[in-house]
Amino acid sequence: MSDATRTTLKSKLPFKIKIEPRLDDPPGWYSPLLSLAAVIFALLIGALVIWIGGGDPWKAYSHIARYSFGSIGVLSDTFVKAIPLMLVGLACTIAFRMKLWNIGAEGQFFLGAYGASMIVLLPVLPEDAPQWLFILVMAISGMFFGALWAFIPALLKARFNVNEIISTLMLNYIAVEWNNYFIYAVWSEGGFQMSKMFQRNAWLPRLSDYAKEIPAFRGLTTHFGLVFALIAAVILWWVLTKSQWGYEIRLIGDNPRAAEYAGISIKKNIVFVMLVSGALAGLAGMSEITGVVHRLQGAISPGYGFTGIIIAWLAKLNPLAVILVSVLFGALILAGREVQPAGIPTLIQGVIMVSLIASDYFLRNRVSFVRRLEE
Amino acid sequence: MAEPVKNEQVTNVVEMQGIIKEFPGVLANDRVDFDLRQGEVHALLGENGAGKSTLMNVLAGLYRAESGLINVHGKPANFNSPRDAIEAGIGMVHQHFMLVPSQSVTENVLLGLDEPRFRMNLTKYNQKIDEIAKHYGLHVDPTAKIWQLTVGEQQRVEILKMLYRGADVLIMDEPTAVLAPTEIDELFKTLKAMTAEGKSIVFISHKLHEVMAISDRVTVLQKGKITSAGIETKDITRADLARLMVGREVVFRVEKKPIQPGDTVLEVENLHAENDKGVPALRGVSLNVREGEIVGVAGVAGNGQSELAETLVGLRTILKGNVTVGGNDVTNKPVKLGIRSGISLIPADRTLVGTAPNLSVTDNVIMKNYDQAPIGKGLTVNSTAAGSYASDLKDSYEIMVPTIETSVRLLSGGNLQKVILAREISSDPNLMIAVQPTRGLDVGAIEGVQKLLLAQQENGAAILLISEELEELLSLSDRIYVIYEGEIMGEVSDGNVNTIGQMMTGLRFEEIEQTQGGENV
Repeated sequence: MSDATRTTLKSKLPFKIKIEPRLDDPPGWYSPLLSLAAVIFALLIGALVIWIGGGDPWKAYSHIARYSFGSIGVLSDTFVKAIPLMLVGLACTIAFRMKLWNIGAEGQFFLGAYGASMIVLLPVLPEDAPQWLFILVMAISGMFFGALWAFIPALLKARFNVNEIISTLMLNYIAVEWNNYFIYAVWSEGGFQMSKMFQRNAWLPRLSDYAKEIPAFRGLTTHFGLVFALIAAVILWWVLTKSQWGYEIRLIGDNPRAAEYAGISIKKNIVFVMLVSGALAGLAGMSEITGVVHRLQGAISPGYGFTGIIIAWLAKLNPLAVILVSVLFGALILAGREVQPAGIPTLIQGVIMVSLIASDYFLRNRVSFVRRLEE
Repeated sequence: MAEPVKNEQVTNVVEMQGIIKEFPGVLANDRVDFDLRQGEVHALLGENGAGKSTLMNVLAGLYRAESGLINVHGKPANFNSPRDAIEAGIGMVHQHFMLVPSQSVTENVLLGLDEPRFRMNLTKYNQKIDEIAKHYGLHVDPTAKIWQLTVGEQQRVEILKMLYRGADVLIMDEPTAVLAPTEIDELFKTLKAMTAEGKSIVFISHKLHEVMAISDRVTVLQKGKITSAGIETKDITRADLARLMVGREVVFRVEKKPIQPGDTVLEVENLHAENDKGVPALRGVSLNVREGEIVGVAGVAGNGQSELAETLVGLRTILKGNVTVGGNDVTNKPVKLGIRSGISLIPADRTLVGTAPNLSVTDNVIMKNYDQAPIGKGLTVNSTAAGSYASDLKDSYEIMVPTIETSVRLLSGGNLQKVILAREISSDPNLMIAVQPTRGLDVGAIEGVQKLLLAQQENGAAILLISEELEELLSLSDRIYVIYEGEIMGEVSDGNVNTIGQMMTGLRFEEIEQTQGGENV
């Protein structure tokens, strides 16, 4: 009852700060601007920490900027880092739209990587199969295995109402161990914990592959996964905003009981949404394996699956914004490593997340300054 | 104890002068004066959003007024919290109870008090509370847990809480909204008992007949302003009050054209179903509704009404029995099939079931035809078609929103109900199930909703009206079934309130006939 009333912060200032719940929708520009303000605020806190730690915030930030966007070469590296983030961010976006908390993108990413590697290592396709066929089959297999990994918690949720947060989270650990088994025992090369290097025709094409025709592409590692990510983003955007299925997802996300009453099956949608989410995360694993690592090994993800959660949230569950945010995060991961291997860049990521979530308060409430008169 | 006022010397327990209370964009109270005499029931009447609750929340210390004076027992009062108010003897019973379900009545009454300190000597307090309860006719077992109590009993606990804290001014915010007719009578007796002891009561309501029945004086608020201050109830008629409240003449009798009912549309036979807790909620319900007929289902809340509506549209599993609509068997068929065969439901809960709060008006009105031409086109939702459909509905149902892209959570109750009605009626249903369609709406909005239902009837729709408002059922329905603990007690077509009331307490139609027959002999 009393939280609906307005709160007044007591102060000795000549004005008072009035906070009251918003009774109308904020204008369209308000939300993105607020997100930007939250990011700037987070960067300021990061600067403060760097300064306290004895560093020069300006130097650190300009270093990050230079080593992520400073030249075409580093920009290309930023994109390489951003590609898995885009796909995983999209995976989280569709699930979160339905308030289905898929925390298992990391595991689905690993299974996607496994599914892709299998094509080369089992082998499913002969070694000299054409590149286009390899890419096609590996992509399908990666998506299939990612989706399969998501299907388990989806079924548990739909059938037995098992909390998907816990089940998807736990399946992450199993996925990592699943891959480990194959790296250590089955496809281990010469006792190392990694498979053999894939042959060239099982690699995703990179810009540098075309350096002969276009010299400007020399040394650029951006790979075909970017095309996957961009196409996926556009399709997902279309599905979520234009299609009937997207409408169902939004309706369930906002009020499942209303959706049920409108005759929409929630169980069916839990399964379908999780399958798509898992397939996208699996595709991320496939593109990372075939575009960057070129072999199945242990350390293929520095927590992409978890960063995807932050990205989806930061992009306000808008698939097109996911692309943009992923590039920024790619930069932070890449150049952050130049600044410090761990610590500050991770801290900034965390602070960005927290200030973003906190900024929602200003979407729901209106803050105004009122000059003190009678009091 | 002070005697009730006898001579012209009137003691005002509470005086409020020039109260101004502003919410963003709304002037909820505009220079409102209000006084409360000792030993009276003073009704505060007004439509939803007229500022009744706001004014009393100011008195009870929940809100602070922008300006204005409050005197309690002749002394200026400045309450910062409900605690300050209760110390001055002012207690408020809200519409939504603030009780801890897992704790006993006594524990709830003692909650937040300084005494008892460490050891909870509950037996002693049980007795104390039982004494107060008996004194005012508030029948409730002090050792019972809250979750075991009916809504009416829970309300008594809220009243007990205030009495235990020594309140001599009791503010009741729409106390009858949640009660069954018999419980209302008991509440009124309690209120009379309290005023006889010299306590004073503010009775907030928008129900005219209750105000006429219980109050000594009436103050009417309209859009934050007083339209009539403290008139003696005996000097005023119901029609006058309605005019003061709405600002125009309100027709009480709904104009209902005689319609010859056609073929049977809904046929329910021996329906059995369980509620969410797995307890049988429907135990062999049989009823039918014909074309062009409004059939009411009366009953005290929680006797299987919501389960009945849910089973009919396919939201709840039918264990036994069957449902046919327009000759087609729809027993345990998917909800969507029901929608396609022309069943529409106005759910009891507008926000919990009826709408998606954060989605736009457009998204909310297309909920049932988003996959049908012209809105559904291939795999897509045609946003142009959806937009023009929503604008049409906005105009024809006079939904007051800035744009059709506004989120519906920002809409008032009446407007939200219009969104639902627009959606349900525009599908041109042949069976319409309306559960509590006017609950919580103000007089103007109620009239609008009832007119829409009658228009549907004239169009030949079969309407099943499930309601706890007896008056509404009587004025709209052609026949009324009474449901009690999941069973139909009988059917009344002559609007005999006595028979309906008796059936609502669990007597079967035949049993009543017999006793009445006996009296006549």
